[in-house]
Amino acid sequence: MSRPVQFNNTVKFEGIPEGYMGEGFMATNFEKVVGLARKNSIWPLPFATSCCGIEFMATMASHYDLARFGSERVGFSPRQCDLLMVMGTIAKKMGPVVKQVYLQMAEPRWVIAVGACASSGGIFDSYSVLQGIDQVIPVDVYVPGCPPRPEAILDGYMKIQDLVASESLRRRTSPHYEDLLNSYGIQ
Amino acid sequence: MALTNETIRTRLTEKFGDVLTEWAEPYNMLTFTAPAELNLKVMQFLFDDPQMKFIFLTSLCGVHYPDRTNEEIGVVYHMHNLEDNVRLRFKVFVPVTKPDVFSATALFQAANFLERETYDYYGVNFLGHPNLIRILNVDEMDYFPMRKEFPLEDQSRIDKDDAMFGRSNTLSEGARLQNSDQTNN
Amino acid sequence: MNDQITTPGSIGQETTTINLGPTHPATHGVFQNILQLDGEKIVDSVSTIGYIHRAFEKIAERRPLYQITPLTDRLNYCSSPINNMGWHIACEKLLGLELPKRVDYMRIIIMELARISDHLICNSIVGVDSGAYTGFLYLMQSREHIYEIYEEICGSRLTTTIGRIGGFERNFTPVAWQKLEKFLDEKTGFPYKLREFENLFTRNRIFMDRTKHVGPISAERALNYGFTGPNLRAAGVDYDVRNHTPYSSYEEFDFTIPVGSTGDCYDRFLVRNQEMWQSISLINQALAKVKEFKGKDAEVYHADAPMYYLPPKADVYTKMEALIYHFKIVMGETEMPIGEVYSSVEGGNGELGFYLISDGGRTPYRLQFRRPCFIYYQAFAELVKGSMLSDAIITMSSLNLIAGEMDG
Repeated sequence: MSRPVQFNNTVKFEGIPEGYMGEGFMATNFEKVVGLARKNSIWPLPFATSCCGIEFMATMASHYDLARFGSERVGFSPRQCDLLMVMGTIAKKMGPVVKQVYLQMAEPRWVIAVGACASSGGIFDSYSVLQGIDQVIPVDVYVPGCPPRPEAILDGYMKIQDLVASESLRRRTSPHYEDLLNSYGIQ
Repeated sequence: MALTNETIRTRLTEKFGDVLTEWAEPYNMLTFTAPAELNLKVMQFLFDDPQMKFIFLTSLCGVHYPDRTNEEIGVVYHMHNLEDNVRLRFKVFVPVTKPDVFSATALFQAANFLERETYDYYGVNFLGHPNLIRILNVDEMDYFPMRKEFPLEDQSRIDKDDAMFGRSNTLSEGARLQNSDQTNN
Repeated sequence: MNDQITTPGSIGQETTTINLGPTHPATHGVFQNILQLDGEKIVDSVSTIGYIHRAFEKIAERRPLYQITPLTDRLNYCSSPINNMGWHIACEKLLGLELPKRVDYMRIIIMELARISDHLICNSIVGVDSGAYTGFLYLMQSREHIYEIYEEICGSRLTTTIGRIGGFERNFTPVAWQKLEKFLDEKTGFPYKLREFENLFTRNRIFMDRTKHVGPISAERALNYGFTGPNLRAAGVDYDVRNHTPYSSYEEFDFTIPVGSTGDCYDRFLVRNQEMWQSISLINQALAKVKEFKGKDAEVYHADAPMYYLPPKADVYTKMEALIYHFKIVMGETEMPIGEVYSSVEGGNGELGFYLISDGGRTPYRLQFRRPCFIYYQAFAELVKGSMLSDAIITMSSLNLIAGEMDG
């Protein structure tokens, strides 16, 4: 005699894309499913150069856990990561290194500039500091602060998640995106 | 007998005579100026002498005084006698056209990076340094940024409005006008 | 075939060059080491720094003294209150200000908290680099408690800009004192967590094998390289600026200086742990001394120096002299003495010195930061020569190299 089917009513289903559901199947928009999967399993590359890197360490630690957003595994190899988190001042000497790391990442890739120095040079308006990493690579989200609180970094991360979830599958091959990359000299 | 500033000054004048000038004791630290050729000899004396025992090089930096003709670039050494807890400072000055100073790396390994930094900032040429190349700035930089004639900000920016920051814009405004399509017809 | 294998790790053939580049999980901060390897043994290494050169010294020539405090924050950003206090002490030496004792004791509390915070990062990262992630997670919680105390006092967690020239910007609130006492509680606070951490690591067989005899340096070589701080004390020299040239009333306090013998990574780890215990004892002593001030004395949190310390805002709106002083200080028109001063404090990494030349103008003529990390990083090539690649990683993290301080 088979056991009656039980449905678990206590788990709230959040964020399932709308679609047509039936017995054992669900039909929905492919982009939405891919977006849902990608946004909850982003592998970040923490490019931590200075003080914001210490706040990132606090974000990774147990109090402001970043792992609950799906980023348990932070990678240090650009080939394996989706999100380049640039945290800290980027000097002109470091600019080519950031570009190299960005070029090695595979599509789809996102960039978050954490902190005032990465967004715009911060308090260091000097001859040796790159005034914002958007001089060398395209940036998706900027998180202001000096350093931003871990809550602010998480807020920026959640905005990246929104971008990831809502991105069209054809964006990376579109002429608009290619123009954006060409404006940075990236093929 | 504890080592006092007086004793150090007497011993130094005994050994080197009148070439050591500009004696002062700002905030109780003995300060003097030595001629550029003698910097190693003074440091060696302070290091070896059993009464002096200045075996620790605390710091080494450069200064630029554009008004001291023929002596514009200075190198300031801070030394420390750990046993008797006495510090001293001495300076050497060289002209900006030929800023040659003997390197202290043979005596203090700590001077290696410090001299590279002084070269990077002021252009002081340390003779005898094992690897005198730029350390902090980009290698392609062709000027010495800490000298007084060079500005702090990057002059080639066009995205920042200097007028809003109270700075007289020289290149940025010109560059902006060049880049834009406006002409004064 | 076997006689080609000369020492552990080496394969006796031609060397390979690898780049332990600016972005590497093990380099905490951006600096590059190009290593020449014979198998796994390191034959030589060349270091490149400057990847985060922010031109502090040039920026400082543009700013009046009180605006340089946020710059000093970003030197050794793991323990920024010590940098701030060190800078204020240098300014007070130049300006000839005398501070009341209560301010000195409050400064000692803040500085020792910052020292604990710095050593926490260093020791837990040594654990992470040798594969033990747990200690890091435990100790970062204690750092969060320290951050809460900073936030209560100055509003910011990491880059604190705490204090002013002449004292503090406001008296510590009762909540701050409460949080401090909760932090220092023997049974549930930080001492308990530190003991737990020590139990995990200090006599752990694997950790000892990874760190003993790794990256040793003798006392003479360390002094020649200009080492200061825990790295020098691990090599056997008991030079501590707090003891040697006491500042901020350290001479009234009772603390010992832990000293190692071989200068290897294990000794550095132990010295830092012991220094944390000494810091806890210092904070307890300072807390007891501050509590002795009663009544009006307990309201003192800055020196009486109207020329350099901003008057209270209520006075600025009502009294004439306060308005004038406020204007002069903010616009930078106060009298600056002409002279040069070198003042140093014991930072988390060693002797953090400030060489300030003032020509009487609004901004310093020349300001040099004597950064301990920059000076002792030169010894890295000598420390790792002959050891294996993973030993280089442990050495790098046990030296506590902070890139912001190295490049400045």
